[in-house]
Amino acid sequence: MKYLVFLMLTPGLLMAQQYYPNAEVILQKVDDNLTSTTKVIESQMVIHGRRGSRTVSSKGYAQGFNTSFTEYLSPEREKGTKMLKLEDRLWIYSPSTDRTIQLSGHMLKQSVMGSDLSYEDMMETRKLTEMYNATVIGEETIDGRKTWVLELLAKVVDASYEKRRMWIDQVRFIPLQEELFAKSGQLLKKTVLSDVARIGARWYPKKINYKDMLKEGEGTDFIITDIQFDVNIPDYIFTKASLKK
Amino acid sequence: MIKFLVKAILRDKNRSLLPIIVISIGVFLTISLSGYLRGVMGDMIDQTARFETGHLKVMTRAYAGNKDQMPNDLALLGVNELTQSLRKEFPNYQWVERIRFGGLIDAPDAEGESKGQGPSAGLAIELFSDNSGEVERLNIPHSIVSGRIPQKAKEALIGDEFARKLKLDIGDEITYLGTTMNGSMTMESFTISGTVRFGMAAMDKGAVIIDISDARNMLDMENGAGEILGFSDEGVYFDETAKQTEQAFNAYYANSNDTFAPVMFRLREQNNMANYLDYVDSFASMFVVIFVIIMSVVLWNTGLIGGLRRYQEFGIRLALGESKGHIYRTLLTEAVLVGILGSLAGTSLGLAAVLYLQVHGIDISGMMSGTTMMMPSVLRAKFTTDLLYIGFIPGVAAMVAGNMLSGIGIYKRETATLFKELEV
Repeated sequence: MKYLVFLMLTPGLLMAQQYYPNAEVILQKVDDNLTSTTKVIESQMVIHGRRGSRTVSSKGYAQGFNTSFTEYLSPEREKGTKMLKLEDRLWIYSPSTDRTIQLSGHMLKQSVMGSDLSYEDMMETRKLTEMYNATVIGEETIDGRKTWVLELLAKVVDASYEKRRMWIDQVRFIPLQEELFAKSGQLLKKTVLSDVARIGARWYPKKINYKDMLKEGEGTDFIITDIQFDVNIPDYIFTKASLKK
Repeated sequence: MIKFLVKAILRDKNRSLLPIIVISIGVFLTISLSGYLRGVMGDMIDQTARFETGHLKVMTRAYAGNKDQMPNDLALLGVNELTQSLRKEFPNYQWVERIRFGGLIDAPDAEGESKGQGPSAGLAIELFSDNSGEVERLNIPHSIVSGRIPQKAKEALIGDEFARKLKLDIGDEITYLGTTMNGSMTMESFTISGTVRFGMAAMDKGAVIIDISDARNMLDMENGAGEILGFSDEGVYFDETAKQTEQAFNAYYANSNDTFAPVMFRLREQNNMANYLDYVDSFASMFVVIFVIIMSVVLWNTGLIGGLRRYQEFGIRLALGESKGHIYRTLLTEAVLVGILGSLAGTSLGLAAVLYLQVHGIDISGMMSGTTMMMPSVLRAKFTTDLLYIGFIPGVAAMVAGNMLSGIGIYKRETATLFKELEV
């Protein structure tokens, strides 16, 4: 009798399992959209403070996952400030002091320009499939778009966030929302991705709102005004010498 | 009878002078040491006030809600006008502006590369002002380990341990990396003019002191300050006075919903000082009570001896027909009068000493090498209203109790044996 019950239930169980796609496959498609060999991005960061908002514009170059260079173009306070990331090290150049300072360790958790992004957030460009094990835990609809809800647990020791929850657009394989957690389970950051555009063969979110959940406020809007993928970037850009040019 | 006794006390100095002197000394010691004890016990309060809370502190409501994070984006603006207003409305306080900030200090090597860096807690005060009193208030002159206090823009004092950790010398450059009031990144270079010993590990390892004008430039805080601190002219915290000032100031803004409206807090309401203040009061009171008891025993003994010494006098007065009760009552009345005179003298002298020590204090800086900013170089007493009367407890009550005890012997005297006792 027990065997009969088992045989009757098995097809149902199998069907239930097949209902959710493979999380690793979803994550790989997300990586395919978001990562590239090189990137040139022009962007604006709108930082919402208690007393008002300010907009910081920048131009950034990225090569692979470990190399990036950013120059801040406006406003006047920030103009000429540059950041260079090589592997796990970050240098900041300030024209007012004509000094280049390397940041490391816990300083990378500090806020960039008073925004809700940390230096770690900016530096993290590795593929999700390299850093996390993923599981599909459900489905939800966000702004009329159906999403897979994925839970990601870090499989590397140096991941900025021990756990993530991502809502992945089922058609475009772009995260529309993310929650980032500490090891303790504390919700640290929340991101909302929108203005998804087709750029070449990929989909890419052109607006991301980062919200530090440990602070009050509306968070920071990161708006991409122009982006180019897989373009040729001269090597000299990613050197410390380029910081002082 | 009292008039007669007063004359007797004044004319017969042999009988009254010594007790009055003893009582005066006893009461003087009671008053002055009690006042000094309260002053010394208040040292921690003083230290907290000087470095953190002031006797009163003005911040924006938003800043006050997050003050541990030094949120300069929520700081006061228009502080020039606000400070002028405070000085006019509450002239019995000295009002000073301060900015606290956090960030990173980076020390460059000869090639401009980082040779060391560490997190830093910055304090910007009115270093260049001769009137603010901030330099003396923070005991900086006595805490300098090497170099000097900053005298011009872009000079800084850093913790001595911090300097040693980063291998910095006087004249070396350091770069501060932080965030402005508006959230922009800011970097500013300073020349180390001196190193200082704070006396608190956390500050010795990463604190920086600069002039408030440099901080305003660096942090985009024109006419701004994180906090305005008020220090009473007497230099000592009086909660009742502070409370009145606090209530008067906050009443101006009571109807405002502006999250950036200024709000004033008195010391007791900051940094969990209420519990400590109550503890200090209880502890000081306990010491005062113990001291009063001790002095009471001494003066009781004085009264006792005084009564016993007049054994022959009482015998003669009994022989002359004065009633025992009358003698006893005159004895006690004299004790009260002597006690009052002695207590008045002792209280006057004691209060004078307390007030002098409160205003001028005892400068011990010359006796202490390696003074830190945290350690006061001047020890002060504190006047409290109970000093006006606690001297009378040992001075009058104990004196009377002593005479009451010694006077009991009067009732044991027998007229029939008086001549034999007196050996007449």
